[in-house]
Amino acid sequence: MKGLFLSVSLSVGAVLAPSASLGQAVAIGDAEAGAEVYRRECASCHQVGEGATHRIGPHLNHIFDRGAASHEDFRYSGALERQGRDGLTWDLRRLHAYIENPRALVSGTRMSYRGLKDEERRSDLVAYLRVFSDQPQNIPEAAPTAIRPEVDLSPEILAIVGDVEYGEYLSQECSTCHQRSGANEGIPGIVGWPEEDFVVAMHAYKEKLRPHAVMQSVSARLGEEEIASLAAYFAALDE
Amino acid sequence: MKLQRRTFLASVSAASAVMAAPAVMGQARPRVVVIGGGSGGGTVARYVAKDSDGAVDVTLIEPTKRYYTCYFSNLYLGGFWDYNALGHGYEGIAQAGVNVIHDWAIGVDRDARTVTLASGSSVPYDKLVVAPGIDFVDNAVAGWDITKQSMMPHAYKSGTQVQLLKNQIENMREGGTFCMVAPPNPYRCPPGPGERVSMVAHMLSQSNPTAKILIVDPKQNFSKQALFEEGWAKHYGGMITRIGPDFGGANVEVRPDSMEVVIDGQVESVDVCNVIPAQKAGKIAELAGLTNDAGWAPVTPSDMRSTMDENVFVLGDAAQQGAMPKSGFSANSQAKVVANVVRGELTGSRIFPARYSNTCWSLIATDDGVKVGASYEAGSEQIESVSSFISQTGEEADLRRQTYEESIGWYNGITADIFG
Repeated sequence: MKGLFLSVSLSVGAVLAPSASLGQAVAIGDAEAGAEVYRRECASCHQVGEGATHRIGPHLNHIFDRGAASHEDFRYSGALERQGRDGLTWDLRRLHAYIENPRALVSGTRMSYRGLKDEERRSDLVAYLRVFSDQPQNIPEAAPTAIRPEVDLSPEILAIVGDVEYGEYLSQECSTCHQRSGANEGIPGIVGWPEEDFVVAMHAYKEKLRPHAVMQSVSARLGEEEIASLAAYFAALDE
Repeated sequence: MKLQRRTFLASVSAASAVMAAPAVMGQARPRVVVIGGGSGGGTVARYVAKDSDGAVDVTLIEPTKRYYTCYFSNLYLGGFWDYNALGHGYEGIAQAGVNVIHDWAIGVDRDARTVTLASGSSVPYDKLVVAPGIDFVDNAVAGWDITKQSMMPHAYKSGTQVQLLKNQIENMREGGTFCMVAPPNPYRCPPGPGERVSMVAHMLSQSNPTAKILIVDPKQNFSKQALFEEGWAKHYGGMITRIGPDFGGANVEVRPDSMEVVIDGQVESVDVCNVIPAQKAGKIAELAGLTNDAGWAPVTPSDMRSTMDENVFVLGDAAQQGAMPKSGFSANSQAKVVANVVRGELTGSRIFPARYSNTCWSLIATDDGVKVGASYEAGSEQIESVSSFISQTGEEADLRRQTYEESIGWYNGITADIFG
């Protein structure tokens, strides 16, 4: 359990809490190196560049500042469409979060990709993709390519071991809307989520990476201990 | 569903565990009695029973055998929801181990700690939870009292009153006038009157498009006003007129026999009149001596405990707690706090800090849903809002449709949470 939480902490820290220097490194990246990352990681499903069309995944031209699931002629997962309607837009932070761990940002995504944990390779990849967007901004602080510095979540806080009983109490707030049966209509089911995905997702709402007014409000007052406890409780549920 | 790893984690959490001796010693099973089987009472009864694994004797007193929710009853009016789908039985609550008694609670002896039932028997308790919802203030609207409810329905406690109102609207003459007398604050379901007007307008725009809607409102502003007014102009242009307090909306008399409404001295003939009077805590709260001069039952913000009696908790619409709106969602949220506290005091289980939340969805027209909500915490004097949100005017149709679909998901979620 301890080990798991350490890996979670690294993952959350990478997504949500880049230090200032790291943030700039991420923002720039090396597009040339990114082309190679793209060929290895993405090209079997996605096309980008002149004449690119939808394949297994949608083409990635003009991805920056585009609303999620916004190609009318591509069939997305319901989960990605839902987040698109809620306002998820592909800016640099969210592309990073999505590529690092797709399911942490969009739980029900159809993109079956394990995620790219390596920070440097990821920023190279994003820099490469940015070449194919309309107005790539080369000033790192400017939208849509800037990474806003986030509150630094210390590893100590992130390594907190969840209190299952507390999590059970906290989960009662969830069950007003999310059914214990796992029903997934109108409001998504949350039963059976891997602990790590749960923690990252809740932090993503808390940091407003994920759109949705209710969830942003719910997560706003969940501290690290509460999030860890909820994750531990849901992980301890036998489906 | 079962929990594991409890023992492993217990050591981590021992510091915050409540180690106090249970309040009731030497007695086989402590007794919790809950009056009222709605969103608050149903939830607290089921949660205490299921989470205490039989260690607490839980009795729920509720006169009706089938509970019809107020929320979504407007959607039934608008033709978006089936009447039967508003109804919920008590089988699931009974299955959780609750002793469900279908009877009226007509008195509480707080010294003897017993609840008297209309059938004559009495039920003893160690902790009492009172969740009776609302009643109407006598003579709040001149000319109207509860005996006039068949001529001018309130339709504000769901059930047959809503069926009656729907029937009256359906049979209204062509080009007739539907009038709503809206309530002053505070009242159950703040966006309820606005949603009801929307649903009546939807219904009339299909079956009786020359009909008019007149709202007589004593309030300067109302919940989700900008969203409703935008929607009314967009979907039902010209059909709806609202008379606020500046034009006499607070000075109203109704004449049920002649179907007239007198607004600031001016007589209007109407065809259907929905009178939603000023409200107060359900009568049993008053009979139990738990209410104040305002007619509501004041409670401690951290645990919804009556300020009048440490062994009594008041939940939901009847409670005067501060910033939370009177809604089914609020009652359900408060019930979980009370269940945690009651169980802790009776069995020694851990008591966690109160957390409250609420979201209210409303439907304006087909696939045009909006929402408002907030998170709350216990302040020193009352429950306070800590973060809030509301749908925006001008939102895309796709988002509005999604919000409506979300509200259906919520309805199914909360009713499963309350009734099992």
